[in-house]
Amino acid sequence: MRKVYLDYAATTPIDSRVLKRMLPYFKEKFGNPSSVHSWGREAREAVESARSQVARVLGCQTSEIFFTGATTTSDNLAIQGVARAAKKRGKGNQIITSAIEHHGVLDVCRALEKEGFKLLVIPVDKNGIVNHQDVEKAINQKTILITMMYANNEVGTIQPIKEISRLARKKSVPFHTDAAAVVDYLSLNVEKLGVDLMSFGAHKFGGPKGVGVLYVRKGTEIEPITFGGHHEKGLWPGTEAVPLIVGLAEAIRIAAKEKKQAMKQVTKLRDRLIKGILTKVPGSQLTGHPTQRLPDLASFVIEGAEGEAMLLQLSDQGIAASSGSACTSGILEPSHVLTAMGIPAKVAHGSLRFSLGKETTQAEIDYVIEILPIIVKKLRKMAPKGV
Amino acid sequence: MAGFDNLYPSLYSEKVMKHIRHPQNLGEIKNPDGMGTEGNPVCGDVMRLFIKVGKKKNKEYIKDIKFQTLGCGAAIASSSMLTTMVKGKTLAEAQKVTRQSIAQALGGLPPSKIHCSVLAAAALKKAIKDYQQKK
Repeated sequence: MRKVYLDYAATTPIDSRVLKRMLPYFKEKFGNPSSVHSWGREAREAVESARSQVARVLGCQTSEIFFTGATTTSDNLAIQGVARAAKKRGKGNQIITSAIEHHGVLDVCRALEKEGFKLLVIPVDKNGIVNHQDVEKAINQKTILITMMYANNEVGTIQPIKEISRLARKKSVPFHTDAAAVVDYLSLNVEKLGVDLMSFGAHKFGGPKGVGVLYVRKGTEIEPITFGGHHEKGLWPGTEAVPLIVGLAEAIRIAAKEKKQAMKQVTKLRDRLIKGILTKVPGSQLTGHPTQRLPDLASFVIEGAEGEAMLLQLSDQGIAASSGSACTSGILEPSHVLTAMGIPAKVAHGSLRFSLGKETTQAEIDYVIEILPIIVKKLRKMAPKGV
Repeated sequence: MAGFDNLYPSLYSEKVMKHIRHPQNLGEIKNPDGMGTEGNPVCGDVMRLFIKVGKKKNKEYIKDIKFQTLGCGAAIASSSMLTTMVKGKTLAEAQKVTRQSIAQALGGLPPSKIHCSVLAAAALKKAIKDYQQKK
């Protein structure tokens, strides 16, 4: 059977060039970077050279790069770390975030709220975009952190990060962004973006699972949240995952090098998919902003067909996608992102997301455009009429 | 935790997949003796059952049953399984079908999908009640 993977926003296959760079560090070059002998030195050099590589792409100093376990661990370290540092120094207690953050951010903020921090969640418009003026109004003397994602992983909308960072800078409030969804396509230059902290994980851009980066601008007050050693300057203790770090660095090097071409190629295929679905599936609507969106994301709500049922049918035809319907959530609630955009539960019921990758071909897109209308028709035929 | 992150809380059993791929008694009955529609406003799933009632040795039984479902895999499988469980059964026997017996017949359902079998059992009760009221 034909296999078409269109769930790159969930995870990407590892790039073969990345894998090749990683392999020696599992066995021949297995040393602990903290050891003084040649094995250790070899591993230390690999980690530090990886750090330089990441710093080059972000346009920052190597001392500002910290390797962690995943985007979520970076998010935790950034948010909890800055909050605890502020508390220790008796600064303020208000954290500002948006309604469409990844759970890696939202759940951390909510946990801090239970500890007594004040949380202010900025709403989004129907396209899933934060109005930076709302952020401006929300900042006060007590604000200790603003955390807002670079682009949304479910509907693909890109946030006005530069505008928000300018506001944060003006009020001397640290600004963190979760950039997990953008590494293959958007600029990560921290000077241009004006961010103070930035999180992302390697497996979303052809790197391995289990490793992430936290960028921390020099001078940002941050405390560790786990303890146990000097690693990563005590901010993320634990023996460095050398092969994974090497893989992350190679993946980000490739991502930066191929960004322009990837942007062009993937945008073209995504537009073909969006046009194809909107034309061939009556009762389908694009979710998220029509133009201010990531090149790889095509997300829809489809009337009269449930998300998980579509995923199962698509999977039987060899196609991988995902959904934000309540039935796929495990807690019987539709995606908080779709809800925040004002999409009623009944409409979110038909949520369907395709996310493309650099390996996606036109033939794959055309296959989906051919198969999806048949599946939707079949499911609609199964449904009771007039409900 | 929303859907995009979570995918499946756990995988469906082979039996569930079989009913999703080959739903039994799918469709509608023209001029049914009873009809029941049940929905869950939170998740958005809706099912409808149609029944034809016959008489055998003075006992009323489900002569024919069909379902229509707008919902997830578990909702489709629960309604499909239910129809196979009650077809040919007396109304009294059919009323005894519960969410547990549906889930059990399917080889189990993930915890977050139990409510789908609740919907199926409730839709059947409504269809039988509809028949009894019309009588």
